[in-house]
Amino acid sequence: MTVDPDILLSARGLNLSFGAIPALVNVDADLWPGEMLAIVGESGSGKTTLLNVLSGKLRPQSGVVTYRDPAGALHDVHAMPQPALRALHRSDWGFVHQNPRENLRMAVSAGGNVGERLMAQGKRHYGHIREAAIDWLQQVEIDPARVDDLPRTFSGGMLQRLQIARTLVTHPRLVFMDEPTGGLDVSVQARLLDLIRSLVRRLGIAAVLVTHDLAVARLLADRIIVMQRGEVVEAGLTDQVLDDPAHPYTQLLVSSVLQA
Amino acid sequence: MSTMEGYNFAYLDEQTKRMIRRALLKAVAIPGHQIPFGSREMPLPYGWGTGGIQVTAAVLGPQDVLKVIDQGADDTTNAVSIRRFFARTAGVATTTDTAAATLIQTRHRIPEMKLRDDQIIVYQVPQPEPLSRLEPSRAETRRMHALAEYGLMHVKLYEDITRFGHVAISYDYPVMVNGRHLMAPSPIPAFDNPKMHMMPALQLFGAGREKRIYAIPPYTSVVSLDFDDHPFRTTRAPQCCGLCGADNSYLDEIVIDDRGGRLYVCSDTDFCETRRAAGHTGSESPEALAAE
Repeated sequence: MTVDPDILLSARGLNLSFGAIPALVNVDADLWPGEMLAIVGESGSGKTTLLNVLSGKLRPQSGVVTYRDPAGALHDVHAMPQPALRALHRSDWGFVHQNPRENLRMAVSAGGNVGERLMAQGKRHYGHIREAAIDWLQQVEIDPARVDDLPRTFSGGMLQRLQIARTLVTHPRLVFMDEPTGGLDVSVQARLLDLIRSLVRRLGIAAVLVTHDLAVARLLADRIIVMQRGEVVEAGLTDQVLDDPAHPYTQLLVSSVLQA
Repeated sequence: MSTMEGYNFAYLDEQTKRMIRRALLKAVAIPGHQIPFGSREMPLPYGWGTGGIQVTAAVLGPQDVLKVIDQGADDTTNAVSIRRFFARTAGVATTTDTAAATLIQTRHRIPEMKLRDDQIIVYQVPQPEPLSRLEPSRAETRRMHALAEYGLMHVKLYEDITRFGHVAISYDYPVMVNGRHLMAPSPIPAFDNPKMHMMPALQLFGAGREKRIYAIPPYTSVVSLDFDDHPFRTTRAPQCCGLCGADNSYLDEIVIDDRGGRLYVCSDTDFCETRRAAGHTGSESPEALAAE
């Protein structure tokens, strides 16, 4: 297999079925440094499965996912030893869940939540960890005075922003996001999208974003993959795919968006 | 003293002792790593030292001199019963003198006297998993131990400093053994943690209910977790022992009347008695009170 020398994450020929249900059928995907790739499609189309396979959480029945580390070496994500993959998830990669409660420790203060990845990396200076936590709370627009508050006192939008701060504190190169704006009301969604876009642009993070919301994809993503029943039916630049959809399913998706 | 009729030496049957010794050998080979073992039902309740008593039974020989302490004291119920148990079932000599003992079973303290390389200390452990309060899944904590992912323990320390300004763990203070395994030192006060570091004696830990054995071989590094800017510190009551006047021992606070009177005495009774026999007196000792 030849891989573009710049490519960050590359998937070739991914197949996975849950019993008789095909979740991924011969899926290819590429991600370059600093770009955002959106995976869209209806419920059950295999979006989240693809995200889990790309991030190494789920093993495909066939196919390869290749990741290029900062030193330029290529790694087969599913052939990596578990300690190496876990270390990757702690440092170079990040994962933002739809439900922030899955990722956050609800019994630990906001500062402790943000600092956990730093401590997992071996940082052992309380003052520096706390400074980093306060800095990141400010970056995600949470009042730094709330650094010692428990997440359970936070609103849904704040929890999601806290989760983002916790994920980005180690400056990952690649972030996986699973419906980061799901379950939030529209005004909070807009603020969060704005925040994600500015952070990702400023830090030069590459991201894979799963969403069913085409507006989110259009706002954030450089490129887009449209999935239906486990197959990629259309892929390309976001504006190109959404303005001039070629596949009938994509046309249906685009035309079914409610115009406010 | 003769052993009881109808019992094997030191109560446990030889196959069980063999199984425990195999677990102990593994434990010594991997300092701080918890080894599962087939814990037996013992004639005392869980929480009273069923793990410690099984380890003691497995390593006890006819020539051993046994000392048992509970919170540092030789004369508390738990210590007296376990000492008498082995005197009757194994016929071994028992002592309260730390220096004379070859095997010391302990609950919640390490003797003040520096232990030697011909001694073994056995700890009774209620909860062998240091991460138990932080990560409920045992499968996950085992994975964390296997991959040496101990960031979570520091999150706990971070939370303590954030809330209280210092690490508020006063007993069972987590330690890193041999630079590799995170270990619960059993509920000894944090005051005793530095004694475990490079201790010449072999340290064995038995958790009966949780069915785990672990160990620290002689001269192994044991480091209490801390932050660079919040280093580990031991604490003790600022008083001197009322009986022997020691200013460096771990103290018990005893209420002596209903008017708020307090007496601070060494929790290690043997240490206190040895000092008093050598002529040391404290402010509340009989000699001092008689002189008033």
